[in-house]
Amino acid sequence: MKRAGIIMIIGSSMLLGLFVFPMWNIRLGAPQYPEPLGIDIHVNGLRGESEFDIQNIDGLNHYIGMKTLPKPDDMWEFSVFPKVVWLMAGLGILIGILGLMGKISPVLFLVWFVLMSILGALGIYDFNLWLVDYGTDLDPNAILKLVNPDGTPMKYNPPLIGHKKLLNFDAFSYPRAGGILLGVGMFLSLVSFFIGRKARLISKTVAL
Amino acid sequence: MKTNIIKNTLFISALAFLFSCGQAGDRGGNGALSSNIAEKVYVAPGERDEQYAFLSGGYSGNLTVYGLPSGRLFKEIPVFSQFPTSGYGYSEETKPMLNTSFGFIPWDDLHHPDISQTNGELDGRWIFANGNNTPRIARISLTTFETEEIIEVPNSAGNHSSSFITENTEYVVAGTRFSVPVPQKDMPISEYKANFKGALTFIAVDQEHGHLDIKFQLLMPGFNYDLSHPGRGKSHGWFFFSTYNTEEANSLLEVNASQNDKDFIAAINWKKIEEYVNNGGGTKMPAKYAHNVYDESTHTATSTMKNEVLTVNPADVPGAIYFLPTPKSPHGCDVDPSGQYIIGSGKLSANITVHSFDKMLAAIDAEKFDGDAYGIPIINYDDVLAGSVQSGGLGPLHTEFDGKGNAYTTFFISSEVVKWKLGTWEVVDRKPTYYSVGHLMIPGGNSRKPHGKYLVAMNKITKDRYLPTGPEMEHSAQIYDISGEKMELLYDFPTHGEPHYAAGCDADLLVNNSKKIYRIDENNHPYAIKSPAEARVERDGKEVHIYMSTIRSHFTPDNIEGIKVGDKVYFHITNHEQDFDVPHGFSMIGQRTSEILVMPGQTKTSLWEPERVGVWPFYCTDFCSALHQEMQGYIRVSPANSNIELSYTLDGDDI
Repeated sequence: MKRAGIIMIIGSSMLLGLFVFPMWNIRLGAPQYPEPLGIDIHVNGLRGESEFDIQNIDGLNHYIGMKTLPKPDDMWEFSVFPKVVWLMAGLGILIGILGLMGKISPVLFLVWFVLMSILGALGIYDFNLWLVDYGTDLDPNAILKLVNPDGTPMKYNPPLIGHKKLLNFDAFSYPRAGGILLGVGMFLSLVSFFIGRKARLISKTVAL
Repeated sequence: MKTNIIKNTLFISALAFLFSCGQAGDRGGNGALSSNIAEKVYVAPGERDEQYAFLSGGYSGNLTVYGLPSGRLFKEIPVFSQFPTSGYGYSEETKPMLNTSFGFIPWDDLHHPDISQTNGELDGRWIFANGNNTPRIARISLTTFETEEIIEVPNSAGNHSSSFITENTEYVVAGTRFSVPVPQKDMPISEYKANFKGALTFIAVDQEHGHLDIKFQLLMPGFNYDLSHPGRGKSHGWFFFSTYNTEEANSLLEVNASQNDKDFIAAINWKKIEEYVNNGGGTKMPAKYAHNVYDESTHTATSTMKNEVLTVNPADVPGAIYFLPTPKSPHGCDVDPSGQYIIGSGKLSANITVHSFDKMLAAIDAEKFDGDAYGIPIINYDDVLAGSVQSGGLGPLHTEFDGKGNAYTTFFISSEVVKWKLGTWEVVDRKPTYYSVGHLMIPGGNSRKPHGKYLVAMNKITKDRYLPTGPEMEHSAQIYDISGEKMELLYDFPTHGEPHYAAGCDADLLVNNSKKIYRIDENNHPYAIKSPAEARVERDGKEVHIYMSTIRSHFTPDNIEGIKVGDKVYFHITNHEQDFDVPHGFSMIGQRTSEILVMPGQTKTSLWEPERVGVWPFYCTDFCSALHQEMQGYIRVSPANSNIELSYTLDGDDI
């Protein structure tokens, strides 16, 4: 159980990486952009991969009538998400310590994992809504009003994950260090649950 | 199983490493392709050149930037000439750059570029160049590739033995080709001899900002000071100038200045003179000369008129100046990378004269002099001579070095480059040039550490090398591979203007320092606006100032009314882009000046004096975006006595 507690502490601490590293990244490359433009999505706001990328992406987006990218104050997510991350990391570390002292059942580790998974799924769902909103809620007076072959207006939402062609741009959407640490941390909480349960079973067997 | 995977991965990465090294090393190497000349100059689409070459533009007044080995032209940097392409010398900010004591001069003859050095090696901070006609020295930034400073050189005429720098860029040196009365005065030309003076000017370089300041002018006898080079390594602290017309003729020089069997190379111990000056030596003389400085943060140049210069009489600093007899009106005066050999190319001679720095010091110690000229000791020819290259060519001009013990000299009359060995003076190879070669350049060839892979020969005569274009043609240059024992002619390319000398360096020295944009938050131009929301129009009597923004793809404001005939309208255009390579241009119908090209984050000002009533369009001259054609606007010009209110809008809205 001691080992499980330590792994749980490490795993949940990894969430704090979200305050240092970007969670996700969307990168736009085109022939005339040999150095692609990139948006780093941090838990508390958007930042350009290079200093002026946000301004330059907004500059391009105005052709298709897309809204300018949100500032931290424009979206409730950027103030709520950091609080959730602090809370979940703190909670994880706390039950890790309690686990270390043998005061709780490893099932709580699993509970933390499930809770975190639900929050993560909600986050991804919200992220997708956001992408679709930006990609489809376009200014009716846009300079370029393009339609698909079937006559429906073209959508410009980048992929949730992976690659998508948007006009002359190749859009790539992938997790970055913060997001990867989050995934690894969650995986470790699951590991700590299994190790903890195994240790418990063994100690129970020994006690018998 | 696991270790096998790791091993295999390692093996594959090792292979990949070998292959990538092989690819990088192919060009100009000894691989299977070395016999293929085309391959050596072919830079595939998307790949970049190995070296920069900065070629002087001569009478174009500008400096051109090429790549080696491809010979591709990257940029023309305006220096001494107005340049409509960017608006240099036309915009209000850059007009002061071309100011002189004679007033605004839109042109000069740019000759000898030289890259700044530290410890005798190229450091890539700045490149200096001289204006030959109305003597000036320019400093060009190698981060923005723009001219940042021009200082006029008083008491000089034909600023030709310039603009060479000492090995820590302590000084940029400017010598006069034509001696003149100092100070200028009304006197008979026939009294030239013994009365005219040749000013050699030492301009101190501020190490942080590169700012130029004349430290002293040495007033030498009235010879023609043709070319110069600094001592380096052991001879650091000395400067060497070739001279002709030691006869002091003032007419028909082609005959009368070719009478003496030997002219001189003047050896100047500038450290000694610097010490003399620092201890209060020298005479302050009234002089009028302009000092023009461009500030990168205000994007604006200012011109200041100076009124005094410190002069030094050679007789007052004994032991600082000597003459080294050199046959046949020497032109080129070059110093090898070790600083030991001073090469004088007697342009009417078949041979190249090489003096030894060590022998010079010994001869000075032993006072082995052969008389003096105006009190300056002339060292015995035989006591300073290191050797002479029996070249077999005719008309040697300039010499550069490869850092491997070889020297390369151009021969104007016999149209060739001759490779010879320092120390043994034997000729190793010779290759024809096309035709009548002047200068040559090996990147770093004028430093302690040449990058001896390519040699560029710059010719004066083109004739049949390219498709004919009427009587006037661009000059022609050749690139040679000098990595082997024998030189190999690789490529011909036309050059712009007339290149007199060039400077080159490895691409790595400059690539990462080259600016992409100017930061809008560091723009301190007095008429800059930080965002399009600050755009406005202000009237001050007959002056109208338009604070205008450009961003893809519109001007803010783009409709302006209330301008009147007789107004002076200043368009202060700020480019609010912060993206690499997105300039916007500006031009106004009937405007009697050039367009301006404004880089991202920059502010430039264009003056328009409307003379006719009407509604007049302006537009962006740079194809900035897909909607570039839409980037336009209108100005309503009303009669001088009209009472139309000043107004300015974008999309019908006030700003």
